[in-house]
Amino acid sequence: MKDRTKYFAYPYVVWIFLFIALPAFLVLLYSSTTKESNGLTTIHFTLENYKKFFQPIYLNILWDSIYLAAVSTVICLILGYPAALIISNTHVSKRNTLLFLCILPMWMNMLLRTYAWMTILGNNGILNNFFAFIGLPTFNMLYTRGATVMGMVYNFIPFMILPIYTALSKMDKGLLEAADDLGADKKTVFTKVILPLSMPGVISGIIMVFMPAVSTFIIPQLLGGNKSMMIGNLVEKLFILNGDWNFGSAISMVMMIIILLSMSIMNKFDIDKEGGARLW
Amino acid sequence: MVKKYLSKIYMGIIFIFLYAPILVLAVFSFNESKSRGNWTGFSLKWYIELFHDHDIRSAFYYTITIAIITAIVSTVLGTIAAIGINAIKGRQKALILNVNYLPVVNPDIVTGISLMILYISFNMDFGFNTMLLSHIVFSTPYVILSILPKLKQLDVHMTEAAMDLGATPMYALRKVILPEIKPGIITGFLMAFTLSIDDFIISYFTKGEGVTNLSIVIYSMARRGVRPTINALSTIMLTVVLLLMILINKRTNGHEKSKKTNRSEV
Amino acid sequence: MKRKLILIISILSLVLILATGCSTEEKQTLNVLNYDIYIDRSLLTEFEKANNVTIKYDTYSTPEEMYIKVKSGASKYDLIISSEYMIERMINENLVNKLNFDNIPNYKYISEDFKNHIYDPSNEYSVPYFWGTLGILYNKNTVDASSDSWAMLWDEAHAQKIIMMDSQRDSFAAALKLLGYSLNTVDEKELDEAKELLIQQRPLVMAYITDGSPAIMINEEADMALVWSGEAVSAMAENEDLDFVIPKEGSNIWIDAMIIPSTTDKQELAEKLINFLCSTEATLRNIDEVWYSTVHTEAIELLDEELLSNPAFNIPQSDLDKMEMFRDPKEFIDLYTERWTELMAN
Repeated sequence: MKDRTKYFAYPYVVWIFLFIALPAFLVLLYSSTTKESNGLTTIHFTLENYKKFFQPIYLNILWDSIYLAAVSTVICLILGYPAALIISNTHVSKRNTLLFLCILPMWMNMLLRTYAWMTILGNNGILNNFFAFIGLPTFNMLYTRGATVMGMVYNFIPFMILPIYTALSKMDKGLLEAADDLGADKKTVFTKVILPLSMPGVISGIIMVFMPAVSTFIIPQLLGGNKSMMIGNLVEKLFILNGDWNFGSAISMVMMIIILLSMSIMNKFDIDKEGGARLW
Repeated sequence: MVKKYLSKIYMGIIFIFLYAPILVLAVFSFNESKSRGNWTGFSLKWYIELFHDHDIRSAFYYTITIAIITAIVSTVLGTIAAIGINAIKGRQKALILNVNYLPVVNPDIVTGISLMILYISFNMDFGFNTMLLSHIVFSTPYVILSILPKLKQLDVHMTEAAMDLGATPMYALRKVILPEIKPGIITGFLMAFTLSIDDFIISYFTKGEGVTNLSIVIYSMARRGVRPTINALSTIMLTVVLLLMILINKRTNGHEKSKKTNRSEV
Repeated sequence: MKRKLILIISILSLVLILATGCSTEEKQTLNVLNYDIYIDRSLLTEFEKANNVTIKYDTYSTPEEMYIKVKSGASKYDLIISSEYMIERMINENLVNKLNFDNIPNYKYISEDFKNHIYDPSNEYSVPYFWGTLGILYNKNTVDASSDSWAMLWDEAHAQKIIMMDSQRDSFAAALKLLGYSLNTVDEKELDEAKELLIQQRPLVMAYITDGSPAIMINEEADMALVWSGEAVSAMAENEDLDFVIPKEGSNIWIDAMIIPSTTDKQELAEKLINFLCSTEATLRNIDEVWYSTVHTEAIELLDEELLSNPAFNIPQSDLDKMEMFRDPKEFIDLYTERWTELMAN
């Protein structure tokens, strides 16, 4: 039976070759050829596109994206860790509800979630109107880097809470009792037991927040007013506006490599992939 | 005790942060005026305008059509593939799983442009077909990932026993394997459906010929500024998602409970 | 569970069937590509009904985006509405078909002023649709527009209250005109100066947005915005405190026109649609939707006095004299693109 069911996978093998492997290969091909050779008949291989990316202006964009994504990730971690800890300490009967409430916003269209912040942060938006109402000064919030970070934190924080919670809930509660019995105070229990044991979840969370954050182009556009160009915006512009697919492909390759590296880190820590799949 | 109190306050703040924006959208969808900051009175006019909006109607139609077809096709494809992959061992399996995992981990924008390049290389017309194909491509891996764990739990001896008792492999598949992995299949189906409904980036790069989805319409409307019709739309979409999620959640909870009782019986 | 699932599927398929309606009959389809919010959509529905065709309607936001769509062959369009300099480029690259003007009798209504321009010198390929200019939409209560200059957009008193366009040629046009250069310059030194000026302006800019600025201006969340004239007309109609100025240094005059790309196999039907859109009634309804200046000689006679007295709609001759039309910069476009990216990454 097992031997024969093997053949069931074959159509899908063809499928992933056609629609996953081949497109990835085409991106690689575009990234290493020149604009003039798109006809496939006259291919000129070159590293020009990759070299171009290492010019200061593009590196600036890359660093800035990494910086903004990193700031958002750190904020997600600071806000998300206690939340995950609290949920894992809640009574079983309530735990699922709390978890459900954390995940639910993620199932709402990402554009709508981002758009919601436009109505809140605007100069005459709800928050500023509220400030004015209670007599506080109003200020520019929409179209700032802060708004971009805010949008990313809001959109991606569930990706942080869930894996940390998963790691914490897998933890053997007996260990905590043992540490307690051996005379460790609460702080020591946290730093020496809870934190190290939740590390796989933390790393998984960091990667799962960082990856979509670093590649987003909607958030800097709608909330950042296009003022901080991120790597995703650059790729979108290169494909949609400038038609420089070769350079765009090279940047995509760089992004893909960053992601694959993160993935191998994730594998190294033996993080449960299914947990990730469940989250999406 | 104080700690418990603090925990509650903290979770309260987190939930306010998560839900306030959504609530604001919903409340202002009933606002009479266009202004985004001031409440001027209750009105359903944005809902009426929404139903008269040509772009939104056609986008709604395409979104739902594509989501249904995507969910069905990727569930069938994914189920068959998962059964096959489960029977493969070693490096081959690792390779297939890793390639399968690529659309899950790749940034959507990279998946989007790589599919766009593929379609252009094969001179395909951009439109309904390309968008549908793309949705099936990125949804199927999730279906497989939700079915594989169920297959792992499956007792191999059961299928063998069935065949020893004279069942053909197809019969064994239908009567033994499928019922066992059904929860995974249903989760996969719902996941593919939701992923497809929500997708923006991949659709953005593979749309064409008058075919758009709701995300794309929301994007172009949001770029034009704040519009109460989007609020109305988001309230409707939120309600639908909420119902779907409650359904999924009830199902998984029920499933976990039955698993627990099974275990206690053993 | 199974039953629930079957229920869901059947409900969804029912929605599907209802939504499809009775469009089973094979109809001809016409693929139309236009700027976002640039037509009265009900006109297309009427044309569909009258001619038993299905129109597949797509939108884009900048000419560059449209060009990539057509050039890559991603979609095969039958009718495109776009701007003069991109049309010039497409004509040069043989991407546009010549029109059969016998099928477009309404062409006679198009004002001679908008025919035979440099992008289509003997007017064989295109039919003008709307025209307009670039200027500054500002709030009369907060902005002093007496300088009548592009320098307004560099006024530090309005820091973080100025909206620029996320469109490289338009934003560069403002800077180049302020410096007294042509907005078609390919001189690297002039472009560098313009870039420096735009970099200098960056801290003052609230956002770089195309299409979204009228809404922000109406809501009085910004003091001024670089906009196209029609956006100004529509914003001024909703908020009386707004006004529009075309700076004294001169500006850009643009003409958007309808073309039939060479990928079409329904030339005649597309020409029929062009003719329909050139009718007086269709033009009037479009004006009511997009608020740009019209190229139609009969429609303009029927407009009300208020609209005609708006200088953003009925642009004065004195301003027109100082205006320049965009040309296709050909390979020099990279000079703009590079500098624009540098500005955005700054």
